[in-house]
Amino acid sequence: MHIIVPVKMVPDTTLVKIDPETNTLVREGVPFITNPFDTHAIEEALRLKDRYDAHVTVISMGPPSAEWVLRRALSLGADQAILLSDRVFGGADTLATSKVLSEAIKRLHNEHPVDLIICGMQTIDGDTAQVGPGIACRMKFTQLTLVDRILQLDLAQKRIQVRRKLEEYYESVEASLPALLTVVREINSLRYPTVPKKLESAETMIPVWSNEILKLDPNTIGLKGSPTNVRRIFAPQREKGEIIDAMGDNKDAAVNMIIDKLFEWNIVIQN
Amino acid sequence: MFVGQFIFAVLFIAALIFFAFNFYRLLALLCLGRWENRFDFLLTRLKNMFVYAFGQLRVIERPYGVNHLLIFWGFLTLLALNAEFLISGIFPAFSLSFIGRIPYGLLLTATEIMSLIVLISVLIAVIRRLFFRPAYIELSADAFIILFMIAALMVAYFGYHAGEIHLGKTDWAGWMPVSGMVANLFSSVSTEPTVQTVTHLCWWIHALVLLAFLNYLPYSKHLHVITAIPNCFFRSFDYAKTVPRLIFQRGNEFGISRITQFTWKNLLDFMSCTECGRCQDGCPANHTGKTLNPRDLIHRGKLNLFTNGRSILAGRPLDSLLPTPADAEMNSPLIGNGENSISEADLWHCTTCGACMTNCPVFIEHVPKIIEMRRHLVMEQSKFPEELTNFFMNSEQRFNPWGLAPTDRAKWAQDLPVPFVEEGKPVEYLFFVGCSGAYDSRSKNVVTSVAKIFNHAGLSWGILGNEEKCCGDSLRRLGNEYVFEQLARDNIATFRKYGITKIVTHCPHGYSTLKNDYAQFGGEFEVLHHSQLIDQLIREGKLTLSKKSNGTTVFHDSCYLARYNEITEAPRNVLKGTQSGSGFVEMPRHGQNGFCCGAGGGRMWLEELEGKRINTERTEEALATGANTIAVACPFCMTMFEDGLKDLDVVDQVHVKDIAELVAESME
Ligand code: SF4
Ligand code: SF4
Repeated sequence: MHIIVPVKMVPDTTLVKIDPETNTLVREGVPFITNPFDTHAIEEALRLKDRYDAHVTVISMGPPSAEWVLRRALSLGADQAILLSDRVFGGADTLATSKVLSEAIKRLHNEHPVDLIICGMQTIDGDTAQVGPGIACRMKFTQLTLVDRILQLDLAQKRIQVRRKLEEYYESVEASLPALLTVVREINSLRYPTVPKKLESAETMIPVWSNEILKLDPNTIGLKGSPTNVRRIFAPQREKGEIIDAMGDNKDAAVNMIIDKLFEWNIVIQN
Repeated sequence: MFVGQFIFAVLFIAALIFFAFNFYRLLALLCLGRWENRFDFLLTRLKNMFVYAFGQLRVIERPYGVNHLLIFWGFLTLLALNAEFLISGIFPAFSLSFIGRIPYGLLLTATEIMSLIVLISVLIAVIRRLFFRPAYIELSADAFIILFMIAALMVAYFGYHAGEIHLGKTDWAGWMPVSGMVANLFSSVSTEPTVQTVTHLCWWIHALVLLAFLNYLPYSKHLHVITAIPNCFFRSFDYAKTVPRLIFQRGNEFGISRITQFTWKNLLDFMSCTECGRCQDGCPANHTGKTLNPRDLIHRGKLNLFTNGRSILAGRPLDSLLPTPADAEMNSPLIGNGENSISEADLWHCTTCGACMTNCPVFIEHVPKIIEMRRHLVMEQSKFPEELTNFFMNSEQRFNPWGLAPTDRAKWAQDLPVPFVEEGKPVEYLFFVGCSGAYDSRSKNVVTSVAKIFNHAGLSWGILGNEEKCCGDSLRRLGNEYVFEQLARDNIATFRKYGITKIVTHCPHGYSTLKNDYAQFGGEFEVLHHSQLIDQLIREGKLTLSKKSNGTTVFHDSCYLARYNEITEAPRNVLKGTQSGSGFVEMPRHGQNGFCCGAGGGRMWLEELEGKRINTERTEEALATGANTIAVACPFCMTMFEDGLKDLDVVDQVHVKDIAELVAESME
């Protein structure tokens, strides 16, 4: 079994603040991390590896510095990592990104047929949730989004059954392999790498595929291949609700206030 | 008699050979461990050996230990005449009397008196074990066998000498008061031939029990008779307050999962346990119903060494004292659930409070062993309680346990007169705020108080702000040395960048880590705990505490202050300075005998599901003193007591305060 996990290095957006005057993102000093949803995709692939002895390949499109995200995946137990890095890939929106990723996956697929692609549900810096489905369309794989549990995997029959976590209910669906899953955080809890694996992955050579290898038309990738146009970034005004500061000196008071509000708005009803 | 002499000679020589063989095997077992240099400071070591092994200073810390001291010294006194006794069994003419009439006579008398004392002590020991046995002592056949042997030796000694006196076979009757009395007894009840038989019998009993005793030792907990003295000699001087540094290179193994990966001194520890149970008695985990029992942990280490070590030794020529080959097979895993193994759960229960090490009369070093095994679980196996995954990731990526924004580390100091250190502008003291101080809402008031105190005293000080990272204490004790080392290196580099030479912390964990652990990474700074610095400021007259409180205050010693760093007086001085009357009280367990709050060793980040909660136990002890303020000098202790008070529903009556808060309240 061959599983591919596309991952992305993202700024830790929980630490990103928006400059209220200029309405731009203050990115200074913000560390980069593996997109949190992707860490669960890697974990799910590794769990399948533990069970079915799958071969797990992690790929990422990004600047050369994104390499460490792949090393981290290797240290957790992924078998192979490939970095897709080229200036012409830069500035890509989801359309162009899924194009480059799909092309790389096709190459891998030709060498070693792919049964599953597992993506995070979305990235925390874009929140579009489009790249996974984009890859599925281009690869002509079944797409199963928002998966929170793999219910069954039958490699002989090439069938997979998953549970999807939708807004108000769960949905259980079955599909044929190869398939692409996008997963939510609840699907698993993460493992922690061993030190020997960390040290080993630090020394692993990670192949870098540039466009010389993928040979895509430069007009269909990167900034040029991205029809998305960002007009303005701004912090939306909060229209209702309020923040009760629990980090202040008086936690108990904050809790009491919240409880009072819950009663006031009839969310909690006393009987 | 000649036949008897012959039989005895054969037995004697066989026993000696067997003993020598056993002794040699113990040595060979020790050599299976890794090398460690404990041959430095030989004079200090000698002094230690005399004070603690021969003087039994730690043994007699508990009143009952005097009994042990008496038996021990009784035996030492008896050594000379027992040697004489054994040799004269083969060469009847042999006697030590050549040392002179008076000295030899005195030796006889001393031996008589000591024998009687030993006999009485043994009886006391038997009665104690049978009827007044403390909870931490196990009722084992082993103890009774040994006590019986000792008693038999003493009784036979008197019987034999009394017989000799009665039969007029000795010129030294006047020097043997006890045997003399027994001889009188003989005269009143027995006939000559009976006395002769009894004397003979006593001689043989004495001879055989002595040889048996010698050879039973290595198979029982009384192995410590042989090993405890060298163990005191080779003890660690820095009280095992840290763990060895690791070299993170590919191919190395991190932590310990096989008994032979321990150094020889650790193996000697396992062999030196007297099973006195004092470690268990001080252990907060054991006290509150967890399965961890430090005595049992050491005992299991010994069993593991014996089973694995013996099978390694069985495969090699007798004369080799070689280390363990890398591929040696272990028939019992060190970490596991078998009876010769230490369970993972036990390893995680430990708060690294160090009570076991402070209590151990023979200086066994429990905590470093536990941490080495945790290291294996964390770094080689990635096997640890689930809650720790987040803790580890947060510490690694955001440099604090909660995963809060590193850019918010200095947020507490906003709008406060708190100076930041700057390059090229040296300050005398760096205040290392630590994660609790920086992020925990309750601790915020503590660090604010510290700032107030420093400013009030006109101190030259500053904080690192967002450049500070977690000190890594919990990581190190939990066995995550890899991340600990990264944090330690980063912090040391930052200290150097600002030319820091003196550091003050309000957290004993940060204090001990910066002081004792960072030194391994080249971070040699003068580190003070805030209790010490405040104490000093008061002494120097830079702080005046005028608003005295008149409530009742009890102080809880943090393990990493009192035990790890022997700081017990400074916080008490400070506290007493804030009080008007004599409202300062102590808990029964205080100072170096204090009882852990339950948060050390990374337990702060773990669920406590088994048994009673340690903080509840400690909070109850504090409440029993009737104090209305529980003073602490540690943010972890603070949290544990706050939780304890909430659980016991007394938050309104009793308050927990850091000493800095009390000082700030007392300042004008
Ligand atoms: S360090 Fe404390 S908790 Fe750990 S075994 Fe020793 S006494 Fe028990
Ligand atoms: S480890 Fe030390 S304190 Fe514990 S039982 Fe053994 S000798 Fe006693």
